[in-house]
Amino acid sequence: MAEYWYIAEGFEEKVQSFLTNNGESEVDMMFTVPEKDFNTAGKGSSEVKNLLKRLGVESGVLRRIAVASYEAEINVAAHSQGGVMHSAVFDDLIHVRFEDEGPGIGDIEQAMVPGFSTADDLVRELGFGAGLGLPNIKKNSDAMHIVSEKGSSTLVEFIIFFA
Amino acid sequence: MTKLSEYIAKIDGKNHTPAIDPETIEISGAYVSDMLSDVMGSAKPGQAWITIMRHLNVIAVASMTGIPVIIFSKGNIPDAAVCDKALEEGICLISSNHDTFTLTGILYNTLGL
Ligand SMILES: Nc1ncnc2c1ncn2[C@@H]1O[C@H](COP(=O)(O)OP(=O)(O)O)[C@@H](O)[C@H]1O
Ligand SMILES: [Mg+2]
Repeated sequence: MAEYWYIAEGFEEKVQSFLTNNGESEVDMMFTVPEKDFNTAGKGSSEVKNLLKRLGVESGVLRRIAVASYEAEINVAAHSQGGVMHSAVFDDLIHVRFEDEGPGIGDIEQAMVPGFSTADDLVRELGFGAGLGLPNIKKNSDAMHIVSEKGSSTLVEFIIFFA
Repeated sequence: MTKLSEYIAKIDGKNHTPAIDPETIEISGAYVSDMLSDVMGSAKPGQAWITIMRHLNVIAVASMTGIPVIIFSKGNIPDAAVCDKALEEGICLISSNHDTFTLTGILYNTLGL
């Protein structure tokens, strides 16, 4: 499997410590994201956003989480045969994972290039498919990780700290 | 800054979310695009969004991005389910017969830019 890592400057230690400590999350949520169902896609992101708003997460941070999460959710619906979204809220951060049933990404570096898209006509008609989703996730995340290969499942996950 | 109500009068706009009072919304600028990821990547919270797109995902994009009002150009009218969702999210929906260029120009002038 090919792997892609992005960690924002200055967050290396915090991310490393989160990944090694394996702490208990406060709230866990799971959502299924069916293929090409753009009315269901977005529900998970919306619920996570509402929860974090209630928990008092600052609006700028909330917006980054909402955008990254929605882009990733739309990608599962648009480009995969369906998958699940799993969000884990900790004291100081949120960790959101998207795992789908393939068909995978053959070239992750290429998929990350702004403007690159393999979106079909239906997806483009809706105004998605500008090739800016993965770059938007990266831009809004403190850490982003992709694991995939052609013919396999795709994992996209990100971490955003609350402060 | 301009009151949304003032702008609506200038564009012959119709409010599709009458439960939201345009007198209470101030706009300082807008983002103009029909590509949803472009909006999520570049629109700033508090800006109006001028577009021809009027399906349900547009409301989610506005909500995630912090956009308080969407202006639909060229007589694009959102259907009832879209209006309901917008109300739920507290997003004001306005339609106008003007095209996107004209709507943008009028707002630009109104803001004195
Ligand atoms: N979950 C996924 N499964 C398979 N391919 C994906 C997935 N997510 C993204 N991709 C690939 O990466 C490309 C770029 O994604 P993105 O930047 O979100 O742009 P867009 O969704 O507009 O095409 C997609 O067009 C697709 O080829
Ligand atoms: Mg995308």
